[in-house]
Amino acid sequence: MSLVIVDTGCANISSVYCAFQRLGVDAKVSRDLTVIKNASRLLVPGVGAARQAMANLRERDLIATLQQAEQPLLGICLGMQLLTDRSEEGDVDCLGLIPGQVKRMQVGDLRLPHMGWNTLQVEDSAQNHPLLKGIGEKDYVYFVHSFAVAPSDTTLARCNYGSDFAAVIGKGNKLGAQFHPERSGAVGARLLQNFLAFNG
Amino acid sequence: MLARRIIPCLDVRDGKVVKGVQFRNHEIIGDIVPLAKAYAEQGADELVFYDITASSDGRVVDKSWVRRIAEVIDIPFCVAGGIKSVADAGLILEMGADKISVNSPALARPELISELEHSFGQQCVVIGIDSFFDKESGQYQVYQFTGDESRTQKTRWQTLDWLKRVQELGAGEIVLNCMNQDGVRQGYDLTQLQLMRNACKVPLIASGGAGAMQHFADVFEQADVDGALAASVFHKGIIPIPELKAFLLERKLEIRP
Repeated sequence: MSLVIVDTGCANISSVYCAFQRLGVDAKVSRDLTVIKNASRLLVPGVGAARQAMANLRERDLIATLQQAEQPLLGICLGMQLLTDRSEEGDVDCLGLIPGQVKRMQVGDLRLPHMGWNTLQVEDSAQNHPLLKGIGEKDYVYFVHSFAVAPSDTTLARCNYGSDFAAVIGKGNKLGAQFHPERSGAVGARLLQNFLAFNG
Repeated sequence: MLARRIIPCLDVRDGKVVKGVQFRNHEIIGDIVPLAKAYAEQGADELVFYDITASSDGRVVDKSWVRRIAEVIDIPFCVAGGIKSVADAGLILEMGADKISVNSPALARPELISELEHSFGQQCVVIGIDSFFDKESGQYQVYQFTGDESRTQKTRWQTLDWLKRVQELGAGEIVLNCMNQDGVRQGYDLTQLQLMRNACKVPLIASGGAGAMQHFADVFEQADVDGALAASVFHKGIIPIPELKAFLLERKLEIRP
């Protein structure tokens, strides 16, 4: 089984790579279209800003390949946001794999970025979703972001900071986590393990 | 609910974890990787590695330990010390650090903060501020080169002004080290932290003075900080992290168990 971490030119690639290594999986990090097409599953990492990340994908000629990907794909943090239709951060079109809009978080007097450990609330409709197996209420995961996707029918789990936002999203075998599973201790490792077993 | 963070800080010199009193007389505590791993397993929410040799003696420091940490721990970590450019920061982030923290080089060249924000995003950019309360003038003053006593010097900045300035330039988080309290374990500087909290719109981390579990409760309840950083109480086993978290949970504080 080959897991390919798509080399998006963003900064958290090695921490994602190490997280899979701890699970016994030696992922390939690649921007090569053939390697990506032949992968059995894909991971899209990402930190930074959406506009720059989309520009990186365009420059690397990765957009169509990712849009046509048939294998299970997991986006992490900014990588998740890139799977949606559009981001307000730099006002840029994204990959359109999962319906949704990325908007700046409305948090009132709270601080931004939303940085730290926060709890997940799994949607009723996603209680048996394979990506969330063994992950439940009150589980803390690590977030770092200022933009987010509002809850919708693609939301698998939500989180609250000022208002509710989508913490995990999915449509078919295209999946995304707003938090950083690679930095979320045992709960994060569980989600990555679930992704490795995902056959949907 | 967003949890308050407990953050052990590991001062690093020549690849070893050290700790001094009020920034002086450093003693070796142990090797980095096993200590980092142990803290992650005990429930630390985040780790900060502060290379105390780097900023003050100007040489290029071997940072390969960053990669070794990234391989073993599954919680976020930040690297501080000697980051003077976008290239320096990029190297450390590529090795797997989640954030970089900048202190003296930002004082020397404040636009570095904006450059880092544009290159890596605000969430990566932590600004460390060493603040000393000058009893004679009654002012909080920013100091630089605090890793080396012989080079430590007062800057032209008052702490509140610098705190506001770094946010304008793109800081994503601020670690405020209250130098008068550092290493003496008499409690965090609540007066100063309350003052700075009001002016800080990004996450604020308290540093300097933790000596007892009550000090953590006080700083969260009274200064509303997002995280509390400490070193010696953890390294010397004075406060075990699981006990600290149980204590804070009993106080009804939002804490990741």
